[in-house]
Amino acid sequence: MIPSQALVALADAVGPEWLRTARANLDTFSSDGLPTHLSRPAVAVIPGSRDEVFRILRILHHFRIPFVARGAGTGLSGGALADEASVLIVLTRLNRILEIDADNRRAVVEPGVVNARLTAAVEPLGLHYAPDPSSQTACTIGGNVAENAGGPHCLKYGVTSNHILALEVALPDGGLVQLGSPGGEPWGLDLVGLFVGSEGTFGIATAITVRLTPIPSAIRTLLADFTTLRAAGEAVTSIIAGGLVPAALEIMDSNCIAIVEESIYSAGYPTDAGAVLLVELDGMDEEAVASEARQVQEMLASGGARSVQLASDPEQRERLWQGRKKAFGALGRIGSDLLVQDAVVPRSRLPDVLEQIGAIGERYQLSICNVFHAGDGNLHPNFSFDGSQPGLADRVQRASAEIMHICIEAGGTITGEHGVGSDKLQYMPLVFTADTLDMMSRVRQVFDPHDLANPGKVLPAKACQQP
Amino acid sequence: MTVAAKIRELIGESGLAEPDAGGTPRAVPASEAECAVILQAAQSEGWRVRIEGCGGWMPADAPATLALSTRRLTGVVDLNPADMVVTVRAGTRWNELRSLLANEGTWVPLDPPGSDRSVGSVIACATAGPLRTGFGTIRDQLLGQTLLTADGRLVQSGGRVVKNVAGYDITKLAAGSFGAFGVITAVHLRLRAVPRADLTLVAHGNRDELLNRARSILDAGLIPAALELLSPKASPADRWTLAVRLVGSDVAVAAERDAITAASGLTFEKHVASHAADFWQQTLAGVTATPTTLRMGALPSSLDDALDTIAHYLDENCEDWISVNVLAGVVRWSGAADGGQLRLIRGIAAQHEMPVTLERAPWSVRSEVGHFGAYRDRVGRIVHSLWKAFDPQGVFAVPLGDRP
Repeated sequence: MIPSQALVALADAVGPEWLRTARANLDTFSSDGLPTHLSRPAVAVIPGSRDEVFRILRILHHFRIPFVARGAGTGLSGGALADEASVLIVLTRLNRILEIDADNRRAVVEPGVVNARLTAAVEPLGLHYAPDPSSQTACTIGGNVAENAGGPHCLKYGVTSNHILALEVALPDGGLVQLGSPGGEPWGLDLVGLFVGSEGTFGIATAITVRLTPIPSAIRTLLADFTTLRAAGEAVTSIIAGGLVPAALEIMDSNCIAIVEESIYSAGYPTDAGAVLLVELDGMDEEAVASEARQVQEMLASGGARSVQLASDPEQRERLWQGRKKAFGALGRIGSDLLVQDAVVPRSRLPDVLEQIGAIGERYQLSICNVFHAGDGNLHPNFSFDGSQPGLADRVQRASAEIMHICIEAGGTITGEHGVGSDKLQYMPLVFTADTLDMMSRVRQVFDPHDLANPGKVLPAKACQQP
Repeated sequence: MTVAAKIRELIGESGLAEPDAGGTPRAVPASEAECAVILQAAQSEGWRVRIEGCGGWMPADAPATLALSTRRLTGVVDLNPADMVVTVRAGTRWNELRSLLANEGTWVPLDPPGSDRSVGSVIACATAGPLRTGFGTIRDQLLGQTLLTADGRLVQSGGRVVKNVAGYDITKLAAGSFGAFGVITAVHLRLRAVPRADLTLVAHGNRDELLNRARSILDAGLIPAALELLSPKASPADRWTLAVRLVGSDVAVAAERDAITAASGLTFEKHVASHAADFWQQTLAGVTATPTTLRMGALPSSLDDALDTIAHYLDENCEDWISVNVLAGVVRWSGAADGGQLRLIRGIAAQHEMPVTLERAPWSVRSEVGHFGAYRDRVGRIVHSLWKAFDPQGVFAVPLGDRP
């Protein structure tokens, strides 16, 4: 229960129309992009300015009420869910681009700015914001910062943390701190690097300075189809080992191809293929990129690709990418529930691990769709299912846990870009020792001594029990 | 029992090396376990510990009860070129790692200044060189690490995978903390294939003119591997020099060379192979010829101001070693300065939103001003709380920063 005095103060801070307490309103916020986790907040508050965010946090700190920050709610780890003791702070109204500084290749944005909108705003200047999560047309930069989001083109350009220069942060006590400097050099420690990916547990980023990157003038996209998923995985290993750094290297397996091709996002992928591999190469010189594309084409052919399509005009490229970028949407058609994994393995282990995942699917009689950032070794096995069928959700969970274990045994980790949230808490002790978790807990307490910011996420409860 | 006798008892005779020039005993653990035992003893006995690498960067002059050298924590633990990741122990010499990787056709695209550095020194001091233009800094190549905290606890963060968001990024926190957060014992680094073509272009002129030409290169949307403006002291040519490094395929480098020449309007000398390597080696080794080095961050468009500030407060006669990363907006200066001068310039720079990090200096200077200071509001408190979380008793002899 939220004390009525706190509700009055919150309504006063943002205006009563931006405080949501009705159950029907709150149901809207009861899940993120991962429908297997549900939690309804006590109230939702929707600030319209940075100043209001600070006021809200000061009120909540005064009453010691926990809070959860939320952007567009496209997260895939149950990270932006609040329970009935917590206030959900929805940041979508903070959607202003505050500054575009083309000379220094940077922009300052509020956290609710949608990722793709930023790129659209700077494209006329020949620049773009490089991290491109598949949800980029909906997800917010604030959410990207919280999760350290990736995306297909992060293979070459790096993930969110490589593109954040500075942050204005509202700390859990409502205080303001500026991390990083306008040019990106830290004031002492790399606190920007520490904050990015802290999943809303250190405070709320209220203004974000991002690096902008010149748009490559030459791009080639190739689609190779293979008879087996293993062969596609081996092609990725050989491209990486061969020293090329494509902008993107993405794989979709036969299950995923079938689902995409039956949907409105159909991209013309061959439905009899065991897997398709999308390769994108880019650069500033046509001839150089064309030469790299030829090199990749040869590697793909000698790696057993049945065919290789080359797209060089924007429309063809768009079509090849559409199926990949909208695959998650297409998956939504075939089951009411979706479980998405996000494990990462060393790239040389991809072929073996993919085969093991296939075997697990067969053993549990589950259909697993693999659509993933192969160049990074970042797997996304997806289970699309109907959770109302008796025993099915449990079977999915067990298969998913088994996949997580094989990825860890292969030298991998439990999440590459979606975050731990509440979904992967149970796996944290598998990848971190008690001493490491304890140290992470101490770090968290520096920012949030009263455990108000997104409590219960990232670190398992035991690690948070500090003297 | 003396400190030396205690070390002998804990890890044996082989764990004890010659004391330093002032008679401070020196421990040389051969494993993380031995290192942990020593730190546990240091914590319980109230010792102050100085972490030492190869001695090629930070002077080994911090007063301490015990010098703890990583010189036996050496070697590559794991290298699979197909993964493009190497795991290496922190006491390994950076140059040795570079040669070993070159034999496998790979490299870590970092060119830290100084000439005899350990891997641990490069990471702990986060000293990136000119290649940060094209490839980023230490944090961008560092995938994970093993850290022994002041009480001897092993904290592992990141790993051998290239994407990882599990838990908090303690790796980035410890990189650049100058050893205040613990002894880095091993790191995982991202590799790339050795480029087929590697070309260095060099042009001379006056400072402002070269800076403007460098900006026109960037305005053309080009991102070379390095784009560095060097002061006469830093340049082997003994004149203000713009040095551009291009790496990649033959076709890409040739195209980039032509585009850069056109965009800048400069006539460049071209260096390849050993000539190019000598040029950069000579430039980067020169940084340690003077006692003190600092790094100042600015917006790329404000680099003139950053350079003028340095000229005004530290280098009136333009005699010092200066290297400017034009894309990142970072000036590295090396010369001689006392604590008062450094504190002054740090304060002045902070007023213009330009952070200054003291990268290396004699103990008398760095203990007076700390590596960091003139923080923004509340940053100092966070830095010091984090420091205290990792080393509550102040075991490590690192003057991280001014107290807030």
